[in-house]
Amino acid sequence: MVLFVIFCPIAAAVLILVGAPARKTALAASALMFAAALFLFGSFGYGQRDFQHVTSFTISPDWRLSFTTGVDGLSLIMVLLATIITLAAVWFAGAIEKYENAFYACLLFISGGAIGAFVSIDLFFFYAFHELALIPTFFLIGIWGTGNRVAAAWKITIYLAIGSFILLLGLILLYQSVEPSSRSFDIRALQAAASMGQIGAEAQRHIYLLLLIGFGILVSLFPFHTWAPEAYASAPAPAAMLHAGVLKKFGVYGFLRLAIPLLPEGARHWSNLLMILLLGNIIYIGLVTIAQKRLDWMLGYSSVMHMGYIFLGIASAGILGVTGAAVLMFAHGLSIALLFALAGELRRRTGTLVFDELGGLSRLMPFAGLAFGFGVFAAIGLPGFANFAGEIMIFFGAFKHGWKMEGFHSFQIATVLALWGVVISTVYMLRAYRKTFMGTMPEQWKDLADLRPALRVPVTLLVGALLCYGFFPQSFVRMVVPTFRTYLTVNR
Amino acid sequence: MMRITAPELEIAVLVLGMAILMVEAFVTKIDKRTLAFAAIAGLAIVFLASFFVAPFPPQNQATGFWSFYSADRLSIFFKQFALVTTIFVVIMMIDYAPVVRSSFPTSQDGLGEFFALPIFTCAGLMYLVSAIDFVFIFVSLELVTISFYVLVSFTRRNPVTLEAGAKYLVLSALSTAFIVYGIAWIFGVTGQTNLQRIAEALENPSTDRGAALLGMVFVLVALGFKIAAVPFQIWVPDVYQGAPTPVTAYLSVGSKAAGFVVLLRVLQAFATLPQAQRLIVLIAVLTLIYGNLAALPQTNLKRLLAYSSIAHAGYLLIGVVCFDGQAVSFYLVAYLLMTLLSFAVLIIVAQQTGEEISDFDGLGKRSPFLAFAMLIGMLSLAGLPFTAGFFGKFFIFYAAVLQRQIALIAVGVIAVGCGFYYYLKVVRAMYWPAPTASYSVAGGQSGDRIDTIPVSGLSRLALSVLIIATIWLGIYPRSILDALKNL
Repeated sequence: MVLFVIFCPIAAAVLILVGAPARKTALAASALMFAAALFLFGSFGYGQRDFQHVTSFTISPDWRLSFTTGVDGLSLIMVLLATIITLAAVWFAGAIEKYENAFYACLLFISGGAIGAFVSIDLFFFYAFHELALIPTFFLIGIWGTGNRVAAAWKITIYLAIGSFILLLGLILLYQSVEPSSRSFDIRALQAAASMGQIGAEAQRHIYLLLLIGFGILVSLFPFHTWAPEAYASAPAPAAMLHAGVLKKFGVYGFLRLAIPLLPEGARHWSNLLMILLLGNIIYIGLVTIAQKRLDWMLGYSSVMHMGYIFLGIASAGILGVTGAAVLMFAHGLSIALLFALAGELRRRTGTLVFDELGGLSRLMPFAGLAFGFGVFAAIGLPGFANFAGEIMIFFGAFKHGWKMEGFHSFQIATVLALWGVVISTVYMLRAYRKTFMGTMPEQWKDLADLRPALRVPVTLLVGALLCYGFFPQSFVRMVVPTFRTYLTVNR
Repeated sequence: MMRITAPELEIAVLVLGMAILMVEAFVTKIDKRTLAFAAIAGLAIVFLASFFVAPFPPQNQATGFWSFYSADRLSIFFKQFALVTTIFVVIMMIDYAPVVRSSFPTSQDGLGEFFALPIFTCAGLMYLVSAIDFVFIFVSLELVTISFYVLVSFTRRNPVTLEAGAKYLVLSALSTAFIVYGIAWIFGVTGQTNLQRIAEALENPSTDRGAALLGMVFVLVALGFKIAAVPFQIWVPDVYQGAPTPVTAYLSVGSKAAGFVVLLRVLQAFATLPQAQRLIVLIAVLTLIYGNLAALPQTNLKRLLAYSSIAHAGYLLIGVVCFDGQAVSFYLVAYLLMTLLSFAVLIIVAQQTGEEISDFDGLGKRSPFLAFAMLIGMLSLAGLPFTAGFFGKFFIFYAAVLQRQIALIAVGVIAVGCGFYYYLKVVRAMYWPAPTASYSVAGGQSGDRIDTIPVSGLSRLALSVLIIATIWLGIYPRSILDALKNL
């Protein structure tokens, strides 16, 4: 079943390139993937710490390299996120003017790459699948993008290529840090080696730094974020949805999967550096976001800013904060995909996303306005949305830090500062909402129509998932917690 | 079953070459391309036969022929490598035949030698990878180089080719002088030409190590010329651009692979001298930086591939620094596949439009198969996962991380980033639609520019084999890894 979820989009993409009807095949494939993910979700054995549905093909016994896939709670919610957003993005894409087949094939390749990375238990394929999504992104932005698409496509591709390469060096070092007899690319074997203390403190520091820079570039951690806003602003809406919603989460997922369980000493050593960088994300990028004059750039920057919260949860090194990071990762993926989808639709209809040229659109497009409102309030973190559940867990978790510290320690200062991020995001989100959907409407837009019923389906899907998850986060938390409990208690 | 020994392979190849020259001289009425098909068939038979050769390590006390010829696994593997390269190069030459023919307007005379010479080069390469004695290294190196002198300047009516030929001749002769001088120094110090005995002599404290090091540096200069390492790379862009394209492909794959095998063998003999490793680190850093930075602004694809060949020499040198023969060999195999793939597409496309990157504009729409082949070639050269190039880089950098070669790794990060830019530039030209507008204008003058480019059945087969092998090795490298085990 897990293999099906990976290879369904890739097979569909190949079929589309060979000549199958693009939109129908893509929709059918993404619906099948979603169904398969729901099946995995339904048949998930709660309370188990091990990976489930494991399948393995040996690639090289000398290197202990094998194509091993399986899901635990953490990877399952990522697969669920990826399939929901793939379905929404494919549905939302509609008719493409030029090279329709290639467009859908690229979307499905990104989706297949992301899912493959999430379910790979083998580090090598974990890395390789993520890189598989790099070239389709290059094509999507370069061919179908808007605005300064050429520069944006180069920037994201080269940035991410270098980031991935640094990550690869970190992974190689991680592989080599274990004694030669027990070297393996299997994450479970590495965890076993780490729990026996085979990864030395100094090695951990080096590996953690490489992973921090590598994953940091992929997740647009300050100051490696400059590729993100431009790329998301120029990308076609479905590509932005998939990249910001799913693919970027690969970096955070990698951090949760590798850095925390395997490198506790590295995390301790670099915690102050990470704290400064994530405050850069929250405060500095937050202020930059307020200054934006275009909706797509603002959304791009806001997606960079919210990564700061997730890193705060990761840095907290406690079970509460880390779980919050996982929850927010899921929730942010949904909300940013919703916002990018609606912004892309607005751009398609009006040809502009400059705030000063828009306004009052909710009178003409009540459904789009309502949905955008849901997205805005979710992004701010209003109770009732999944983002709220994630953020509150992160703040509590970070304030009561996982390590024993005396007095009013640095993480509490960071948490208090980060709380202001909520205020900042309220300012820019509400301001954007007012300037596009509220207020006076320029004359030129009076003929705009609301979303077609066909487009309402994916929007409803995303809003529904946000609300559903917001009111019942417990079902997800129960899935994720066993993954973290293993090592967060062991390492204490 | 009849047992085949390794030297018989080279003899077979030489006989094949001579037979083709004879037929060429006495049977004048046939289509010369028949000779090429005969050459391919003959080389393929030798390739198959090479799998029945039992490898054995060189004996220390061997005398006569076996004191300078080794039939170990490494050499058998690279003999097969040379044969495969030559087969693909001859296939490319068939595609390139019209260009050669047009440079000899009066007759067809040129083509016969054009197909026969690579076979002698192949025999030279096969001897070279077996050579464990400086004298034999020198002799087989000359066999390779002299046949390349002719091949590089084959279409001599073209002034660019002539310039390339002259440059190659002069600089190659200079590097020959260096290697002879170096060998003389080493022989003077150790009294030996056999590599293993030189290594033993160097362990003796009474040997003058400084003089031996000087000799080794001279040898290194000559080998640096062969593998296109900085600062001995000046000839590469001009010669690669000017030479007939199949010869360029042959130079960049065959000549380079043989150079690396010899380099590995020579350095093994000098492993007791720590300065040797530091010197190679320096050369590797320079080669990586120069090759990648100089490739960035190129607009001519053949020239771009020349600089990329320098850049890949840099990656290979990282493997040499770490003395990881397996990583270097795997990288060379991946490099063979992806470079030949790119050159094969280039030859076909260049005959229709040109060698500039802008001549590939819209190729994705005009000939999807060629564009796809080029896409795989470029992505593999850039080192994307699920292609052979990625595993190549992975093993190289694995060895570098294991030995903590921080400087090489740091330069490697920059090099990989640059690589993505200049390889994707080609991909961008093929698939991004922006500049096609100018083509509809050009199409008005010469209608065939928009048309699909015809690809012969044999080239289509060769391209498909290369594509499948590139992806296959990227997913399942074990087939090569097992062959390379315990080198």
